[in-house]
Amino acid sequence: MKGILPRLGRIFLKNSFKILSLLLAVSILSFVLVNASPVDPVQQYITGLGTAVSPEQREQIEDYWGADDPPAKRYVSWLSGLLRGDLGESAVYRRPVADIIGERFLNSFVLMLCAWAMSGILGFISGCAMGMYRGRRPDRFLKKICYVLSSIPSFWLGLVFLLVFAVWLGWFPVGFSAPVGVLSADVTLWQKVHHLILPAFTLSLVSFPNIALHTRQKLGDVLDSEYVLFARARGEGEWSVLFRHGLRNIVLPALTLQFASFSELFGGSVLAENVFSYPGLGSAAAEAGLNSDVPLLLGITLFSALFVCAGNMIANLLYGIIDPRIREVNK
Amino acid sequence: MNRLNRRGRTLLLLSAAALTFAGIYALGLLLPEEAAAASYLDAGLPPSFSHPFGTDTLGRDLLARTIKGLSVSITVGIFASLISAVIAVLAGAAAAGSKTADACISWLTDLVMSVPHTILVILISFALGRGMTGLLAGIAATHWCSLARLIRAEVLQLRAQQYISISRKLGKTGGWILIHHLLPHLAPQFFTGLLLLFPHAVLHEASVSFLGFGLPPEQPAIGIILSESMRSLSAGMWWSAVLPGLTLVLVILLTDKLGEQARMLLDPFHAQE
Repeated sequence: MKGILPRLGRIFLKNSFKILSLLLAVSILSFVLVNASPVDPVQQYITGLGTAVSPEQREQIEDYWGADDPPAKRYVSWLSGLLRGDLGESAVYRRPVADIIGERFLNSFVLMLCAWAMSGILGFISGCAMGMYRGRRPDRFLKKICYVLSSIPSFWLGLVFLLVFAVWLGWFPVGFSAPVGVLSADVTLWQKVHHLILPAFTLSLVSFPNIALHTRQKLGDVLDSEYVLFARARGEGEWSVLFRHGLRNIVLPALTLQFASFSELFGGSVLAENVFSYPGLGSAAAEAGLNSDVPLLLGITLFSALFVCAGNMIANLLYGIIDPRIREVNK
Repeated sequence: MNRLNRRGRTLLLLSAAALTFAGIYALGLLLPEEAAAASYLDAGLPPSFSHPFGTDTLGRDLLARTIKGLSVSITVGIFASLISAVIAVLAGAAAAGSKTADACISWLTDLVMSVPHTILVILISFALGRGMTGLLAGIAATHWCSLARLIRAEVLQLRAQQYISISRKLGKTGGWILIHHLLPHLAPQFFTGLLLLFPHAVLHEASVSFLGFGLPPEQPAIGIILSESMRSLSAGMWWSAVLPGLTLVLVILLTDKLGEQARMLLDPFHAQE
C-alpha cells in the first residue's frame, strides 16, 4: 500500500479538472435552457410580489435582472455572482437562493443518507443471500423481487405505502418532515424520525435492486474462482468461504457502486419528496420549475450536479484504492 | 403451455405484448370522450361492474382514463426511445470513429449523467414550455448514454475483426464497410436497446407528468391521474391510486421481460438455454 496518497492525489486532481469543466458546462447548458423558456422571469417576479407595480418600478426590476442585456452578459454576471457565493434571489421565496438550498438540502441530506444506507445494507445482504443460494429458491425469489421493483415507478410505490401504512394502518403521518402546527423548535427527534421512515424506505427501494443484483453477480464470480474451489477442497464451509474470500472481494465494489448512484438517489428524492410533501431540495426543484422560479431552478441544478460529481469522485478514489490495474498503471 | 425454448417464448411474448399494446392503443383512440367525461352523480365510486376501476372525484370513469393515459404513455415511450436509440447509435458509432470524437462524446455523456435525470427533464421541459415536445425532448435527451456506450464498444470490437481489415485491404470504402459489415451487427443491438429503453421512457414519462411537467392536466396521462389521486388518498379512495398504477406496472413489466428475452436471444451463450 506504499504510495497510496500520491496516487489518490493524482486521481483527485485529474477528476477535479473534469468536474470543474463539467460544472461549467452544466451552468452554461442550464442557463441556455432557462433562457430559451417562453416564460418571462421578470413577469414571474412581479406576479410573485403580489402588488401592483408602477412602470418605473418595473423598469427598476428589469434593470436589476438585466432584462435588456444580451444573454452572454447576463450569464457572466450570474457566474461572477455564483463565484462569490451569490446565487441571486428566489422569485417565489424572496430570499437568497443559497440560503434556501442550504436549508432544504439539510432535510434532503438526512432523507438521502437514510435511504442510501438502507438500500446499501439491505441490497448487499440480499445480494449475498442470492449469491450463496444461486439458482435455488431464495435466489429466484429475491431476483424476481428485484426485477419487479425496478419496473415499479417509485412515486407509485410511495403512494401505495402512504395508503397502506399512513391512511389505513395509521402507523405513520401522511406527510411533511414534522407535525403540522408545532413550532420547529419543539419538534422532538422521534417525531422527525417518524416522519422520515416512509419516504426514506420508498427512496431506498429505488437503488436496492441495482446493488443487490450487482452483489449477486460479483459474489457469483468469486465463488466460481479457483481459489474458492481450493478453499472448498481444504474443507472450508460455505459461510467460512463467504467471510474469508467473498466479503473482502465484494464489499468495496458494492460501496463504489453505491457512491456512483448519487444521481438516481437525487432524482428519486425529487419524486419521493413530492409524494410525501417532504420539504427537501427535490420538492423545491419541482416547485421552482412549476412556479418558474428561475434563480432557484438554476441553483438547484448546479447543486445537484455538484452532488453527483462528488459521489463520482468518491467512487473513483475508491477504485484507485482497490483496483490493482489502476494501481499498476499509476505506479 | 408446452415446453418452449427461448425463441418460442420470445415469440409468444412478443405477440402477447404487441397484442396488448395494439389493444390499448386502439381502445385509447376508439373510446369516445364521453367515456371519461365528468359526471358529478358518479363521483368517487369504488370499483363496480359498471366502473371496473371506480371513478375519481369528478366522476370520471378511471378505467377509460387509464386506457387513454396508457395509450398516450405508449406513444411518448415509443417516440422517446426511438429518438434516444438513434442518438445512441450515432453517438456510439461516432465515438468509435476517432480519438477526438471519442473524447468529446464521452465528455458529453458525463455531462448528461452529471445532472440527475429528473432535474434535467424538468429543465428541458421548462425550456420548451411544458407539454408533449418538452417531455419528448427531455426523455430522449437523457436516455441514450448507456446504449451509446454499448454501441461504441461493439463498433470498436467489430473494427478489430480480421474480415474488416481484409475488406479494407481489398479496397472497400468506409461507407461500404459500414453498410455491409457494421450495420448488420448493430441492428440487433439497436432493436434490443430500443426494447430495453422503452419501459424506462414510459416510467420517466409517468414520473415527470406526476410532478406536473409533462402533459397538460386535462390530458389523461397516468402520471396526472396518479397525482390527482394523491388529493383523494386520505379520503380512502384507494382505487384511484392503486389500479391505474398497477396497470402501468404490468405494461412496464411486460416490455421489460420482452427486452430481457430479446437480449438473451442475441447472446449466443444464452440463446439455446
